Amino acid sequence: MRNKLIFQIAISLLLARWKQTLVAAIGVTFSITMFVTLLSFMTGLNDLLDGLILNRTAHVRLFKELSISKNQPADVYYKNTKGHNFIRSVKPKNERLDISNSGAIISTLQKDTRVLGVAPKITAQVFYNVGSIDLTGVINGIEPLEENRLFKFNDYVTAGNFLDLKNIPNSVILGKGLAEKMMVTIGDVVQVTTSKGERLSLKVVGFFQSGLQDIDKVQSYASIKTTQKLLGASANYITDIQVKLKDILGAPAAAKEFESFYEVDAIDIQTANSQFETGSSVRSLISYAVGITLLIVAGFGIYNILNMMIYEKMDSIAILKAVGFSGGDVNKIFISIALSIGLFGGAMGLLGGLGLSSLIDQIPFNTDSLPTVKTYPINYNPNFYIIGGIFSIITTYFAGYFPARKASSIDPVIIIRGK
Amino acid sequence: MESLNVTKYFHDPVTIKILNDINFSLYESEFVSIIGKSGCGKSTLLYILSTMDTDYEGDIVIDGVSMKGKSEKILARVRNEKIGFVFQFHYLLNEFSVLKNVMLPGLKLGLYSEKEIEHRAYEKLKILGIENEAFKMPNQLSGGQKQRVAIARALINDPLLIMGDEPTGNLDKKNSEIVFDIFQELAQEFKQTLLIVTHDNEFAARTTRIIEMEDGQIIRM
Repeated sequence: MRNKLIFQIAISLLLARWKQTLVAAIGVTFSITMFVTLLSFMTGLNDLLDGLILNRTAHVRLFKELSISKNQPADVYYKNTKGHNFIRSVKPKNERLDISNSGAIISTLQKDTRVLGVAPKITAQVFYNVGSIDLTGVINGIEPLEENRLFKFNDYVTAGNFLDLKNIPNSVILGKGLAEKMMVTIGDVVQVTTSKGERLSLKVVGFFQSGLQDIDKVQSYASIKTTQKLLGASANYITDIQVKLKDILGAPAAAKEFESFYEVDAIDIQTANSQFETGSSVRSLISYAVGITLLIVAGFGIYNILNMMIYEKMDSIAILKAVGFSGGDVNKIFISIALSIGLFGGAMGLLGGLGLSSLIDQIPFNTDSLPTVKTYPINYNPNFYIIGGIFSIITTYFAGYFPARKASSIDPVIIIRGK
Repeated sequence: MESLNVTKYFHDPVTIKILNDINFSLYESEFVSIIGKSGCGKSTLLYILSTMDTDYEGDIVIDGVSMKGKSEKILARVRNEKIGFVFQFHYLLNEFSVLKNVMLPGLKLGLYSEKEIEHRAYEKLKILGIENEAFKMPNQLSGGQKQRVAIARALINDPLLIMGDEPTGNLDKKNSEIVFDIFQELAQEFKQTLLIVTHDNEFAARTTRIIEMEDGQIIRM
């Protein structure tokens, strides 16, 4: 009842000056619109750029690195003596590159609750034979289905069907740049020589384009079986195990754990691609800063308008107090004026932001390096809307707070006497 | 209502004693006027009695309750419930209709439902003979009508006391007459207590009791 009355008075004061109110509300609307659009667009771009690397990278990659033994015989032998051992020109010993006991590791990992999926991979160094020329390259042996599920492989296959890797024996998907160099089309057969001198003919079933030209010029994909055959290795020969976790932030800890538990080398995505993390966080920081600046400017607009309104309505405030409204009531009246501007402007702004960002979403954006992207990227993260909404209310509250405090402390005697 | 040893100073630009040890009592259904020359402190006294001005020495007792040192909120409640005001200027809110203006203090008090308050407001307007203007906006009314609306607003919560600060000061002879008649009617028929500050001696002469002030002191009561 009491609050209803206060709200009625607030609304009447608002409507009495509806043009000013509208300007203030438009200020909030504009800033919220820009805030939401800016963040959606920026984050969309960020996701796109990060996706170039992050989507295709395992959260934790298990592999075996050829390196010198960490326990040199000299260290073991002289363990209990004082002094340092200096050993120079230590060479790694000739070991197999594959992960031993890979089948057991994979099945254990698949049972781990933190793990979203596991995809084995073989990397093989090869030469592509084009007439009398040999082009160096890499063939990645993958399991097409898992690779697609975890790393969106199909997104980068621009021609042909990635499932043919599995269905057609001795098939290969070539990098676009490589295919152009070799002047082959789908259905052609290419000759491949391994570093150990073994030869194999592979049928081209598709092209892929990663967006990174250097990769497209050397890499191609084949099934695990084909690659094992190419290398003359057994069916459990796996050089990499790619693990995708449910929570990417758990990667560093998981990498450390896997490393000691399975006695392999492990690297997490944060360590391997730290530059992307930095880039995207700085970009979002900038967009938040711009958005919040816009809101604060709108807040000052509301502050000004309310201040003016208080000077205009001095008499009304005085009489309200004379007939029994307390300072707290007057305070509430002006706070509700500010909040209704904030709520109304904010709601319109959120709608406007949604509209503007879906408009941007329609604008064509074609680039060679990103075959799957047709329009400008937009991230419709509900968090932006929540932050925008909350912030519009907070800013308008503070914009109303100081004028309201001033209004509540107006002394009715001075104004009434002054006449 | 009692005023006990009320003294007030004005501090700007130099400290002046504007009210000096004012003592008087006001009883139910009295129609009292305060007269005096300009600057003798009669309006100042009224504002202190009204609880709006709290910067004074001494004490005010309204309906047996001391007003000294009470919080702003409680004083606002007292003004709302027990005191009705009529100023020289009408101070109606232009954003609201006449009826709504009258209803506002009633809605603030919240003793009755909105419907009832509306009905009561309409009754008050009827007493003052301006019920036909109820749904107009204040700026469509003449000065005399506005002042009558202001009186209706003062009456809405059936206050113990109505205070007026030169209520006829802005009105012509005819309208002053109407407003005075209303006050008289309120005093005689409704036993309403009235305390009116005026410099119009003719007006004062027709009230039941006159308090005359000079230089911050009561010289006749």
